[in-house]
Amino acid sequence: MNTATKYLLAFRDWIDDRFPLIEEWNKHAAQYYAPKNFNFWYYFGVLAMVVLAIQLVTGIWLTMNYKPSADLAFASVEYIMRDVEWGWWIRYMHSTGASAFFIVVYLHMYRALLYGSYKKPRELLWLIGMLIYFTLMGEAFFGYLLPWGQMSYWGAQVIISLFSALPVVGEELSLWIRGDFVVSDVTLNRFFAFHVIALPLVICGLVVAHIIALHEVGSNNPDGVEIKNHKDANGIPLDGIPFHPYYTVKDIPAVVVFLILFASVVFFWPEMNGYFLEHANFVPADPLKTPEHIAPVWYFTPFYAILRAVPSQLGGVIAMGLATVLFCFLPWLDRSPVKSIRYRGWKYRFALTAFTISFVALGWLGMQAPTPLFTWMARGVSAVYFLFFLLMPFYTSTDNDKPVPDRVRM
Amino acid sequence: MSVDGIDINRRRFLTTTASVVGGAGAVATTIPFISTLSPSAKSKAIGAPIEVEIGGLQPGELKIVQWQGKPVWILRRDESSLNGIKALDQEVQDPASEEEQQPEYAKNEYRSVKPEYLIVLGLCTHLGCSPTFVDAEGGADHNLGNAWKGGFFCPCHGSRFDLAGRVFKGVPAPTNLVVPPHMYLSETKILIGDDSGVLS
Repeated sequence: MNTATKYLLAFRDWIDDRFPLIEEWNKHAAQYYAPKNFNFWYYFGVLAMVVLAIQLVTGIWLTMNYKPSADLAFASVEYIMRDVEWGWWIRYMHSTGASAFFIVVYLHMYRALLYGSYKKPRELLWLIGMLIYFTLMGEAFFGYLLPWGQMSYWGAQVIISLFSALPVVGEELSLWIRGDFVVSDVTLNRFFAFHVIALPLVICGLVVAHIIALHEVGSNNPDGVEIKNHKDANGIPLDGIPFHPYYTVKDIPAVVVFLILFASVVFFWPEMNGYFLEHANFVPADPLKTPEHIAPVWYFTPFYAILRAVPSQLGGVIAMGLATVLFCFLPWLDRSPVKSIRYRGWKYRFALTAFTISFVALGWLGMQAPTPLFTWMARGVSAVYFLFFLLMPFYTSTDNDKPVPDRVRM
Repeated sequence: MSVDGIDINRRRFLTTTASVVGGAGAVATTIPFISTLSPSAKSKAIGAPIEVEIGGLQPGELKIVQWQGKPVWILRRDESSLNGIKALDQEVQDPASEEEQQPEYAKNEYRSVKPEYLIVLGLCTHLGCSPTFVDAEGGADHNLGNAWKGGFFCPCHGSRFDLAGRVFKGVPAPTNLVVPPHMYLSETKILIGDDSGVLS
């Protein structure tokens, strides 16, 4: 052993006497046993963490030149885009990161629908994940006002007005959220505070809680069987492999592929033809004129389509809220003894297919201008969306599920 | 009660009182944090009334001014527009303006002090977008059908209002457009935001 290594190990031991470094490393990486049969769908958790890191770093750099004031905000974003060294890159990383975040989070959640990852004993893990999702929606909404373009302004106006639809307290509540009679400098300034400090802190805390909960109950897998049911003499799951080095090595190529795709968007399609950065947002906010066609960014359009489909103001708001909150009840709505889609019967497969189509269709409809035909289509598709949840106790408890193997198949 | 020299009752009493007093303090501390988000004195002061000259308005012309940061529409209506409003009574939700969306002096057929001038807040009562003024000829461009007699169309969620700001049936907006408090200072000048001295 050479001298340098000796000193390095001595330093490690010095820390370990004062902080549980090795213990934590073993608990969460070197001796965290994950099922050996992870597939493509198990990349999106780590990718979500990569995107979170990108958003945190680029966000900090953006605040160095951004001005949270109604008079200066739009111009300061243009300043970042044109005059700040590499400012365009920092901003496109951040705006692309916002859409990328929702892409990987939606796929991460869809994985849970495929393999029953929300089912016992992972209900709380799922609920913490849902809290992260709701906080992320708030984070995206607050951030979208900051460029102070036409879409920023009218998007915020519409979403805040949702609260005024509530009976009795509605008007007061929306006034309190805005801090003014209209969306104004006051609103922009507080949204900045929420976007750059309050919600990022909450998200980071929840991510830590999500991982602690995951490592407590252990990861699910594409077969949906518990690897903890079969352990060797040392108490190690027979079908488990240590997260490090097996899954760290598996995840690194996934991160590389993801970053290649991400960089392609940042450098060649940062606006994504209006889906990532909407065209109307290149016009400064004008409180006197709503753009001819307004729609939220793609990741909110499924819920927006549901809002528009209901021909009553309060009813639309309630339906939209339900459409997001219903996910929280999945662990209790799903009555099937089987977790994975591999061993589910035709009913759940059919229901999940219908739900997937309805979610994508609603996302598309939410981007279109409201015509009578589209409104009727959105009503039909919304019904499918809600029936997936409401009928779940019935079709999952009577499904012709297949026998589940004892051990993971690989 | 005492166990091993520990006075359990005394300990329970101290724990309870400390929790209650401390909890009350923590709850009281939320008051300033919540209140500071309400509109400041400055935000409230900006809503002062504004004077608008309307003499130069042509029939069918729409003027947009800003009051309390909100768009206010002033539309000059001609005789045929006013007749069109009467004909729509069956198609609007609240033809007689029963809902409190206007001052008493505007609770009439044309929802205005003078039938010629419509003065309403240009914000949709659904979710606060500013609808677009579409005259009778423009109806086809917005898929509003052949029977469109002119009015306002909200691009956000498709709500429609007639030339008196009355909401049509079967659209998401629940009520008619709001008529702000206003009064005539002379034949061609109005004050928006203040109607003191006007008989209701």
